[in-house]
Amino acid sequence: MTTVPARGGLPGARRAGGPRPRPHHTPAMRQESRFGWMMFALSGLAILVFTALPIVFTLLLSFFTWDVITPPQFVGFQNFQKLASDTAVIHSFGVTGLLAVLIVILQIVIGLTMALLVQQRKSTWARSIFRTAFFLPLLVSAASISIVFSYLFDTNFGVVNYYLQLIGIAPVDWMNSPAGATATIVIVAVWQKLGFVFILFVAALGSLPQDVLEAVSLDGSGPIRTFFSIKLPLISPTIFFAAVIGMIDAMQIFDQPYVMTKGGPGDSTTTTVMLIYRTAFQNIDFGYGSAISVVLFLLLLLLTWMQFTVSRKWVFYS
Amino acid sequence: MSTSAPSRSSGKTLGKVTLSPGGLRRVYRGAGLVLLVVIAAAFVLPILWTVSTSLRLPNESFSNPPSWLPTDPVWSNYSAVFEQVPMLTFFINSVVVTGLIVILQLITSTMSGYAFALIRFRGKNALFAIVLATMMVPAQTTIIPVFILIRYMGLSDNLGALVIPAIGGAFGTFLMRQYFLQMPAELAEAGRVDGAGHFQIFSKLYVPIALPPMATLAVLNFSGYWNEFFRPLIFLQSTNNFTLPVGLVSLQGNFGTGSISVVLAGVVIALIPSVAIFLLAQRYFVEGITAGSFR
Repeated sequence: MTTVPARGGLPGARRAGGPRPRPHHTPAMRQESRFGWMMFALSGLAILVFTALPIVFTLLLSFFTWDVITPPQFVGFQNFQKLASDTAVIHSFGVTGLLAVLIVILQIVIGLTMALLVQQRKSTWARSIFRTAFFLPLLVSAASISIVFSYLFDTNFGVVNYYLQLIGIAPVDWMNSPAGATATIVIVAVWQKLGFVFILFVAALGSLPQDVLEAVSLDGSGPIRTFFSIKLPLISPTIFFAAVIGMIDAMQIFDQPYVMTKGGPGDSTTTTVMLIYRTAFQNIDFGYGSAISVVLFLLLLLLTWMQFTVSRKWVFYS
Repeated sequence: MSTSAPSRSSGKTLGKVTLSPGGLRRVYRGAGLVLLVVIAAAFVLPILWTVSTSLRLPNESFSNPPSWLPTDPVWSNYSAVFEQVPMLTFFINSVVVTGLIVILQLITSTMSGYAFALIRFRGKNALFAIVLATMMVPAQTTIIPVFILIRYMGLSDNLGALVIPAIGGAFGTFLMRQYFLQMPAELAEAGRVDGAGHFQIFSKLYVPIALPPMATLAVLNFSGYWNEFFRPLIFLQSTNNFTLPVGLVSLQGNFGTGSISVVLAGVVIALIPSVAIFLLAQRYFVEGITAGSFR
């Protein structure tokens, strides 16, 4: 089966020590132990201070109100009660979920189709040209490319509407209508991250058992049937992996809506991270911003947990 | 590649019949190629448009149909972007921030990855579990406490605010550990027999053979931090401290849709180092993607 999801599981931690560590009695062992700590110290300190503790602090802050000027005030579950009936927050989760689902589905469908088609190419240079084409967008920053796409999708002067008009389609109000703005953000995000999914699928398709595929082909099975009855089930763990990783990534979307739509029109593209940004850094409400962060964090944790449990099950079956 | 071999043989045996599996397969393949070329073009054209429009006169930048190829290039936009905004400062800031993070993370991750793979120390398994767990934490959800921390450290509106929290990397530690786990333990034995200390065994014997995963880590971190937008947007306030992505977005805001050729020249300048590194280290990029999928 594909190696990627298989290695994604946690059990590596158990292999870590090799032989079970013995009690640290001899001076040599104590010295080795001290050396190990010294080697880990720098990474460990940075990870502790800037990743591990901030998780705890986010959780703590979510039970306070704090505007920096006056000292923080403990409010218990008030932030979460407010959040549960705050239409702006609920709406932002809806917006984020819709964007993420659209982005992930398109990424997987296009990425898998492209991987299958590139795999059919025999010459190495053709493969590498196509691979580079899908890879190139990964090198551009999301902020820069959002600037570029906001020009390309400009309603009056944009290149996209110009060509649509040539084939008889009325100019689309891309960034000024809720549906258009959603579509534009989805297009940019898919355009930028497709290379990642594409590479995953190329690796998965390359590792399929060749003897099975040859046997099926000799039996006279056409390419479409081979795909749906053999290849698709075999690469389903990779599809699932790409879907969950893609969801985790897309649920944090910020750069594209911030640059292209500012969350508008109205709040039709105000994602959860944009709302956290506004609440915490524009309205200076650190407590409420933290409460929204906690909810987003738990959602993402759930997705990560799904990835681990389900992929482990699949690995077992193969 | 190898899947094509059986299809050709079946095409030979049934080739005389019209729309035989072989013939059908050729139709599929032709349609597939067309689709592939069209979609691949959709991925390249926006970048091509960016480059060619950055080389047009500003007053022609919105004229349609667009010219896809940079004929009669006008270089004035590239000098204009340096005159109208502190582009050179943005660029230097980005180089300093990205360079420091890449180098520092190489050092810390190689050290801690080595320790987790080959050194026995107290609390190792528990610590590694914590490192793995923090690898899954999305940075966006912890930005508020990190911002507060940065303020208390007196680092707000300072490039150090971007560098210092990124010194240690859970992913880098994990990546390096995976590599060192495959290394022979005999190497350390041999070093010990020769009288080398722990650190010498690490620096003289293991680091030189760990360069490939270090390159992967460097390339991944470069591309991630060079293009980073969220943290610089929050941590930096004055224009002179902006890195390229934040600087370019502020440039776009200032100009509106006035002179997009100048903005696009800035986008191209920011893209050049990424493309250069990609061309030099394409292999490590691809390895990084599959390795990056553990995150």
